[in-house]
Amino acid sequence: MQGAACRSDTMDSRLLHDLNAALPRDGAQQSVLHEPEDLMLYEYDGSVELARPDGVVFPRTATQVVEIVKIANRHNVSLIGRGAGTGLSGGALARRGGIIVSFARMNQILEVDTANQRARVQPGVVNADLSLAVEHLGLHFAPDPSSQKACTIGGNVSENAGGPHTLAYGVTTNHVLAIEVVLPTGEIVHLGSSALDPPGYDLAGLFVGSEGTFGLITEITVKLTRLPETIKTLLAAFDSVDDATETVVEITARGITPAACEMMDGWTIRAVEDYVHAGFPLDSAAILLIEVDGLQEAAESQAAQVAEVCRLHRAREVRVAKDSRERDLLWKGRKNAFGAVGRLSPTYYTQDGVIPRTKLPQTLRRISDIGRQYGFEIGNIFHAGDGNLHPIILFDARDKQQFQNAVAAAGDIIAFCVEVGGAITGEHGVGMEKDHLMPLLFSEADMALMQRVRDAFNPAQMLNPGKIFPSKSCGEIHVRPQHTGSGSRSRA
Amino acid sequence: MYDLNTLAPVPVPVPDPQSATAAVSVASRLGEILGAANVFTDPADLSSFAIEGTVPAAVARPRAAEEVAALVKFAAAEKLAIVPCGARTKMSMGMPPRQYDIAVDMTRINRILAYDPDDLTLSVEPGLPLRELAAALTQRHQFLPLAVPFFDRATIGGTIASGVDSPLRQFYGTARDYTLGMEFVTGDGALVKSGGRVVKNVSGYDMHKLMIGSFGTLGIITKINLRTFPLPEMTRTYLATFDDAAGACEFRHAIARSFLRPQSLEIIAAGGAPSAAHLLAPFASERDWCVVISVAGNALVLGRSRRELESMSRQGEHPARDFTELAPADERKILPLLREFPGGAPRSNLPSALLKISALPSDLQVVAEAISRLAAEQQVSWTLLMRGVGIVYLSLAAADASAESSLRLAAACDAISSRCNGRQWDSAAFLWRSRESGSKTNAWAPVRDDISLIHRLKNTFDPANIFAPGRFVGGV
Repeated sequence: MQGAACRSDTMDSRLLHDLNAALPRDGAQQSVLHEPEDLMLYEYDGSVELARPDGVVFPRTATQVVEIVKIANRHNVSLIGRGAGTGLSGGALARRGGIIVSFARMNQILEVDTANQRARVQPGVVNADLSLAVEHLGLHFAPDPSSQKACTIGGNVSENAGGPHTLAYGVTTNHVLAIEVVLPTGEIVHLGSSALDPPGYDLAGLFVGSEGTFGLITEITVKLTRLPETIKTLLAAFDSVDDATETVVEITARGITPAACEMMDGWTIRAVEDYVHAGFPLDSAAILLIEVDGLQEAAESQAAQVAEVCRLHRAREVRVAKDSRERDLLWKGRKNAFGAVGRLSPTYYTQDGVIPRTKLPQTLRRISDIGRQYGFEIGNIFHAGDGNLHPIILFDARDKQQFQNAVAAAGDIIAFCVEVGGAITGEHGVGMEKDHLMPLLFSEADMALMQRVRDAFNPAQMLNPGKIFPSKSCGEIHVRPQHTGSGSRSRA
Repeated sequence: MYDLNTLAPVPVPVPDPQSATAAVSVASRLGEILGAANVFTDPADLSSFAIEGTVPAAVARPRAAEEVAALVKFAAAEKLAIVPCGARTKMSMGMPPRQYDIAVDMTRINRILAYDPDDLTLSVEPGLPLRELAAALTQRHQFLPLAVPFFDRATIGGTIASGVDSPLRQFYGTARDYTLGMEFVTGDGALVKSGGRVVKNVSGYDMHKLMIGSFGTLGIITKINLRTFPLPEMTRTYLATFDDAAGACEFRHAIARSFLRPQSLEIIAAGGAPSAAHLLAPFASERDWCVVISVAGNALVLGRSRRELESMSRQGEHPARDFTELAPADERKILPLLREFPGGAPRSNLPSALLKISALPSDLQVVAEAISRLAAEQQVSWTLLMRGVGIVYLSLAAADASAESSLRLAAACDAISSRCNGRQWDSAAFLWRSRESGSKTNAWAPVRDDISLIHRLKNTFDPANIFAPGRFVGGV
């Protein structure tokens, strides 16, 4: 177990007593978990990492969160905030042990302000639930990670989550106005404001994407976005991966901004089609799923331009979804892709890298070379429009050599992303998966300042210790294989 | 020289002999770092870097980020206060620094380091004038949505560091939404970076967001990475006039409920003393509440937008009196007026002040009505520009040059700022304030419960407290 060397295995009885006193049972539901069989559920997230916490608590109010923080201070244990546990970089895992603070029961939409297109929510509100709740008002919450039916807005804020439609609408940080946070001192502070340009530094902007290392979120004010009048979803099939990537390059270069521009390569298409029956052409080398939206007059002309670029790059078929049923089916194919992959390989490792859009063709070729070099099948299904890659490396974790090679191949891919001017993670976060890759991008001075910034919020690393920055203690394996028995956990 | 508050000539301060000696030693040490030719100490040169009458001992003109780092290390060791600047168009915004020894003129660090039009990304140095940057982007049919005050003179660095906004934020958001990464020098002389030059990135903390609008109190920006935007196919601007704030605000709300997504939406009004002239004169008469909307798209989109905007403007309890599409020549006159208004250039020689107010869009009408009432009570003239997103710029001017009118202006400033700062979400700050309009002890909105974090972060970035000390919110 990771981090085991740094902590004891059972929860201190005085700590347990204090937590139980602060968090009374909720009807039949326990508010404090500490039995090993209960904790097993919290030792993983959507990533390939594992770490078992010493306990899990379920606050219902900000006051209870403050109490938990005070107790943690008294007993010198760390706290790790957690939403739905769908994260992909180990952000919500107790790497060094400690207590997980689950926000699953702080899941109320507190206010929908239609006039100002804002909503005030508790951190445990599920992303898709907010959009559903405001759909009748013609509004939605724009960030849409593939895990949106399970992931929480608190988790989205912590990780600065993305999703397919962030291409036109922006990622989580572009939609967060204010955050209520409990600091490790037990202080409640309010960052940002519902009105724009509040006085002072942009602390809300700094906080979004801090991966749980600054504070525990107890409330969030987000922007709601008007649903578009018209949505056009195009499916373009290509006989070569290069044609598909060149199409994306030219769409970007022409200044067309689709709402989404997703790519799937041939291997992934076949895996998905077999499972979802979305109507993807089975013998194509790559497909693009491109969505344009807005006023009808704008969407139609954009769709025509997109189709033209696809044909220019030898698309053998460009299909427009006839109705919302066809559209939903295409998106079901995209969003369930990882579940489909899970049926084909005992284990797989999903990477998240980002590159300048102009470098797509050469990067895809390089990924394919890396696969050949290590003898792996590598599938690609990703947010092509913003250069956010998700190569999926398929391997058999029972074979130690294969496991090591998979990790090495992933490292080579990310190193190449950085080499062409990209970054080590586009939307999954650094967490405990990529802390050792931070030096690829950042100097000692960069990381030293970042750590001092963290210390301004969280000086003793009481919150989410051992994340983001390369660790110097508690030597661990950085990556463990994912077992995908159910294939039900969704990914971005 | 001119006082940036009043644009009135002021006498050049004469440094006392003791500080003159100190200035010589500061200058000679800086000369060792930058080369003597790159350090100015001539009083005539220094005076143009004055902030509210305080002149620095020297002006440093570094040519590279490494030189900036070296001079900051020296300043930190000597506890010399630094104010970084570009074209110096916004030096008077915020509080005057408590100490001011070295002006760091960044205008020679001014290259476009990388421009990848096909990726719509850009990396620039801070001293680059916005005008030049815009020209380079226009060649590739791209732009940055920074239609900001002092557009003809300002640098990209000063624009980002001061956080001034643009009418185009209605559609494109602000710099925080399209800044991808930065490199900057912190108060210990370290050259650091955050973010990158890709449009989606969660690697490390977004420290560059702190730099936006921090007025040089956390670090000196040496590189800015931005995403660029394709120029729209066509744009049109429409002007609707209403009798009152209610009509203008109702129109704003109707547009927000529609499928239209304008590039900009501003409400403009004026009132008060008879001398008050409408910002949009001669396109509007003195009592008009004008709504100016810009729309982008293809011919079909523009045609439909025009039809729907006009129809919305004529509906409701307070319909528009007029709805017109601006002729290109008129558009070219009006848009720069709207762009420059938040810069606060005085529109007359009378004592005046400019406030920036943050409000919820649904409160715009009550804010406008409160302003017009409080201004009327003190007989001051006012000009109001309200962005549809809830940002309000208010220019107040005394009725005449008399002492009594100045007192009334000061009273109106205090009444309006305390009224706006007394409400839950709203805040009001003085972007500038001429001396006659009252003291500048409260330029910023009152601090909130995040003030301890603000102090801790200031100390993290600038432990020696040498970057424009006291200029920003909460005295940092």
